[in-house]
Amino acid sequence: MKKFKGKILCLDRSDINTDEIIPAKYLTEIEKRAMGPHLLEDLTLEGFDVQKDLKDIAAIVTRENFGCGSSREHAPWALEVNGVFVVIAQSFARIFRQNMFNCGMLAIALPKEQIEHLFECCKIGDSFLSVDLETATIQVTSQDKHFTLPFTISEFDKTLVETGGWLEYADANY
Amino acid sequence: MGKTIAQKIFEAHLVDEPFGDVCVLKLDRVFCHEITTPTAIQDLVARGKDRVFDPDKIKAVIDHVTPAKDSKTALQGKILRQWAKRHGIKDFFDIGNNGVCHAIFPEKGFVRPGFTIIMGDSHTCTHGAFGAFAAGVGTTDLEVGILKGVASFKLPETFKIEIKGTLQAGVYAKDIILEVIRQISVDGATNMVIEFVGNVVAEMTMDQRMTLSNMAVEAGATSGICLPDMTTVTYLWPFIQQEYESPEAALADYTRFSSDADAVYAKTKTIDVSQLEPLTTFGYKPDNVRPVSQMAGTHVDQVYIGSCTNGRIEDLRVAAQVLKGKKIKATVRGIVSPATPKIFSMALEEGLIKIFMDAGFCVTNPTCGACLGMSNGVLADGEVAAATTNRNFNGRMGRGGMVHLMSPATAAATAVQGEITNSYLFVN
Ligand code: SF4
Repeated sequence: MKKFKGKILCLDRSDINTDEIIPAKYLTEIEKRAMGPHLLEDLTLEGFDVQKDLKDIAAIVTRENFGCGSSREHAPWALEVNGVFVVIAQSFARIFRQNMFNCGMLAIALPKEQIEHLFECCKIGDSFLSVDLETATIQVTSQDKHFTLPFTISEFDKTLVETGGWLEYADANY
Repeated sequence: MGKTIAQKIFEAHLVDEPFGDVCVLKLDRVFCHEITTPTAIQDLVARGKDRVFDPDKIKAVIDHVTPAKDSKTALQGKILRQWAKRHGIKDFFDIGNNGVCHAIFPEKGFVRPGFTIIMGDSHTCTHGAFGAFAAGVGTTDLEVGILKGVASFKLPETFKIEIKGTLQAGVYAKDIILEVIRQISVDGATNMVIEFVGNVVAEMTMDQRMTLSNMAVEAGATSGICLPDMTTVTYLWPFIQQEYESPEAALADYTRFSSDADAVYAKTKTIDVSQLEPLTTFGYKPDNVRPVSQMAGTHVDQVYIGSCTNGRIEDLRVAAQVLKGKKIKATVRGIVSPATPKIFSMALEEGLIKIFMDAGFCVTNPTCGACLGMSNGVLADGEVAAATTNRNFNGRMGRGGMVHLMSPATAAATAVQGEITNSYLFVN
């Protein structure tokens, strides 16, 4: 199982689409690794610097409808090869969300207030999180503040994360 | 309590409900193209699982970048080609016989009411026009589909959208779906199936229904479904006449998959399109929609007519009607990509290709082409396109480019004028 722990990148916008996560022109690549340098390359967002801000991050916090658009699993892969195994958002596009769990990664939806709270922390300075799947909680550390956020995850999604994804599960069961 | 078509299709295909919160469905079709399938094939090979559940239920096409533009896309084609051969996938469409997936697969008669279909492509929802549950998926789901013939979905709720009224001249299915997305927004139907009903949908041809269903995903929907009726049966008749005694018998069978009158919907909406004007998008989201009249005068560098949304014969006819006897503005690059070889041939026979060429359009082979900015027709930084496609995302047709989505009629009129224009001016 992947480790869900590390520095948070906040992307303060709704509807960030898969073309912004990984532009279509890189879909000619057939290796996941090739996505690495191009994560969020075409995202234009005030205050976001693609050269600097992706360094050492392990999680993304964002707003509504993250991952809308194309079905490309290249989007989760671009995150995966950069060590980002968890995205927390107010909501997700269906295919992106399913792709994340299918790859054994986490797409966690949280209520608006909690997303706001996370954005407040990000404003103050570097924030870090750690996800505990067993208790379904996220521990957040920001400056001298620590707090815990509960989240919900279905048994099915949890199983996918624990077993490393849908392919192995499906091949074993169907 | 009545059921929706989506519920009925799910029930008829249910294999398992692991943990009670997800449905594993048996698949009738797995569609494949050369951009998302090669990674799936490579991964299956690497895992020692290079198998297919049923070669007759898998259909594959090279459509996104064809002819190959470089070594990388050539390799993608090669991987798909060899895989199809290796597994005896007979319905594989390669150059000379290939066309845009969501146009060619219906045209070949591969879709039926009540079917479950997945593909590694978000616009798979197009096939919902036939009363099927068709959904785009990522690579892992595609791999499982190829290997096991199953896919997992949460039972989607249904959003019933009634389209009623009488369309004015110059207003098309594309304008209707843009209006739907404008009203419900880009995530208005997330995790839901949209069921399109109403007199306007009932009167639509299959080409028009496919335009409608195609863009359901731009409102976040899993699938966009039109209920099967005689129009559906008539379209399918050449493919099903061995299976049924009469079209009526086929319809009776297919309406097993029709929503009950007392079906329960999560949401409903009625849109009267009688006053609807031609629409276009103005920003980087498909719900940034305005009347063409408000965007009139916007300069465009390129006009693209084609794609799985609007590259079918009826679309070409409408555009050619606007273009007949005219020249497009010298400052505009006009590109038209008939979506399939059959559509190309019909357009040739009907004289449409000549009209496009005389007007100054470049006619390409059937392909996704300019639609996704990774093949031909890529925009330069700062350029603007008018397109009959389905996505206006920032960078979609080339980094720094802007795409305005519109109907084929509006796109053709815009090409003539060199700026966004209503087609009213051109058609009597
Ligand atoms: S025409 Fe465009 S939207 Fe349709 S399948 Fe091809 S690339 Fe995708």
